[in-house]
Amino acid sequence: MTRTEFWQGNTACAEGALAAGCTFFGGYPITPSTEVAEHMAAKLPKKGGVFIQMEDEIASMASIIGASWTGARAMTATSGPGFSLMMENIGFAAMTETPCVIVNVQRGGPSTGQPTMSAQGDMMQVRFGSHGDYAVIALCPATVQEMYELTVKAFSLADKYRVPVFLMADETVGHMREKIIIPDKVERFGRKPFVPGTPPFRATDPDLIPGFPTFGTGQHVHVTGLTHDERGYPCATNPKLHMALVKRLVDKIENARDEMADYDIINPDAEQVFVAYGGPVRTVMQVMHDKKDTNIGFLRIRTVWPFPEKALAKFKNARRFLVPEMNFGQIAREIERHVRVPVKSIPKLGGELHTPAELIAAMEEMP
Amino acid sequence: MSFEDWFREDRLPHIYCAGCGNGTIINCTLAAVDQMGWTKEETVFVSGIGCSSRAPGYILTDSLHTTHGRALAFATGVKMANPDLHVVVFTGDGDLAAIGGNHFIHACRRNIDLTVVCMNNQIYGMTGGQGSPTTPKGCLSSTTPYGCTETPFDLCELATAAGANYVARWTSYHVKELEKAVKAGLETPGFSFIEALVQCPTAFGRRNKFRQVADHVEYLKVHSLLKAKRDRLLEKGETVPDDIFVVGELTRRNRPAMGVKR
Repeated sequence: MTRTEFWQGNTACAEGALAAGCTFFGGYPITPSTEVAEHMAAKLPKKGGVFIQMEDEIASMASIIGASWTGARAMTATSGPGFSLMMENIGFAAMTETPCVIVNVQRGGPSTGQPTMSAQGDMMQVRFGSHGDYAVIALCPATVQEMYELTVKAFSLADKYRVPVFLMADETVGHMREKIIIPDKVERFGRKPFVPGTPPFRATDPDLIPGFPTFGTGQHVHVTGLTHDERGYPCATNPKLHMALVKRLVDKIENARDEMADYDIINPDAEQVFVAYGGPVRTVMQVMHDKKDTNIGFLRIRTVWPFPEKALAKFKNARRFLVPEMNFGQIAREIERHVRVPVKSIPKLGGELHTPAELIAAMEEMP
Repeated sequence: MSFEDWFREDRLPHIYCAGCGNGTIINCTLAAVDQMGWTKEETVFVSGIGCSSRAPGYILTDSLHTTHGRALAFATGVKMANPDLHVVVFTGDGDLAAIGGNHFIHACRRNIDLTVVCMNNQIYGMTGGQGSPTTPKGCLSSTTPYGCTETPFDLCELATAAGANYVARWTSYHVKELEKAVKAGLETPGFSFIEALVQCPTAFGRRNKFRQVADHVEYLKVHSLLKAKRDRLLEKGETVPDDIFVVGELTRRNRPAMGVKR
């Protein structure tokens, strides 16, 4: 039996994590994500899991990576300033192929900015924020229901691809309360089993993902953030080896772009097409509802990274893409790379969602 | 088994310079671990960045070589998620006391069941000899070319004040004492901190008038003062020279600890 609740987005996120089998949470308080930590602090110990409040976000990120190597499904939650501090060890997680889930309930930046206001200003930081080349997965919820479902999905993707997976929420979705339907059980995918005796970082399958050698199971695996060979041993001055390793880290995610793509399409024959993710999805839905015009299309994206570029091509008659974001066009620029028609960024900063009138005005404005 | 059975032979040769003191500390630590009767399966070594932090890469267990200064935060995650694992952290003075200072005091405060061995060479060895938070006043380094003017940290005082259950200091000269101290640390539930002063001929000795490795080890020996002797001096109201290292078991207590094996 499913059940219906009226929950805050951050609560739904924490409950999604618990349903997905999260057993370790390391975090640090920060508005507007704190409710996720508070909920985990209350619930995890009762389920035999571990909640630990670390001394900062650098340590939070480190703790979940350490926990993940013991086999725990581990997560943290934060917002802009804390997210910046996590970048160092996010790179470590990418380099060492450590499954983990990071929730970023975005607020206005730069710097301390607007702690209690909504934003989507970290969408490029999540993709490129740590130094060097790597690839990650980022999911964007637009409803409380999706805060739950995409958190569940984040754990499965992290385990499957051995990569940090981000739930890039925003203050709007994190703090709003609405109806949510809780499923009986959720789908869980585990980590690829490790074949004992094989080099721990050798990926022989076409998916380029090695099996996971859990600490404490006698595999004697050495894990390092240095460029390493298939045995995991530092090999930091070998140009070919570095190229091959980083290419694999990127390719294992980029090659699965279509498999991971998660989006909805409304009115694929339309000439004017909105593209949105997270909070602004809600305003576009209102416009679609109010206008009832089949010439207005909508691409609603849940997997923002890797970007589902093939979805754009499904709008064969598109003459213009309109991209409302709570930033200065971070994903609009990504869309421009993939289409030959004009892309109109509709930025809004300050912490409030676009109004339907603002989107309609932007749509009716001549290019 | 002996300590030699704990090495990854296919990683040799190691990167340490001729005359480096770190090998001595690694041997003492592994000898102590071996005496505990722990298996390789249940033992994990964690480290950050620097010469000392390369140690886990030479040890045949699960090992986590992490980011600069963060070893204790990673180790906290490992230990809290699986308290059945024995977690030993190798670190250095720069890694632990500069960039990792905050993690250090909080790991002590939590009194989490880790054993931390700090190879204190009083300098940044791997990056070529820059001053560290434990570089003594007046000493030369590439970033203190006119002599260090800052006051160095006393890492053991810091660990004690922050709440660690076991704290000891020895040097690369005192191999037997060091081995016993590490074993005592491994046996103590809660946070154990063992500081080992080591010679670094390449980055420290070369600039600070230790022409031979043995000169530096001799210096460490001569400037070590047993805690008991120090205490007697203090009782008699005599002054304790300020260029000495107090060695011995400095703290042993049984405060409530986190992450102890269930």
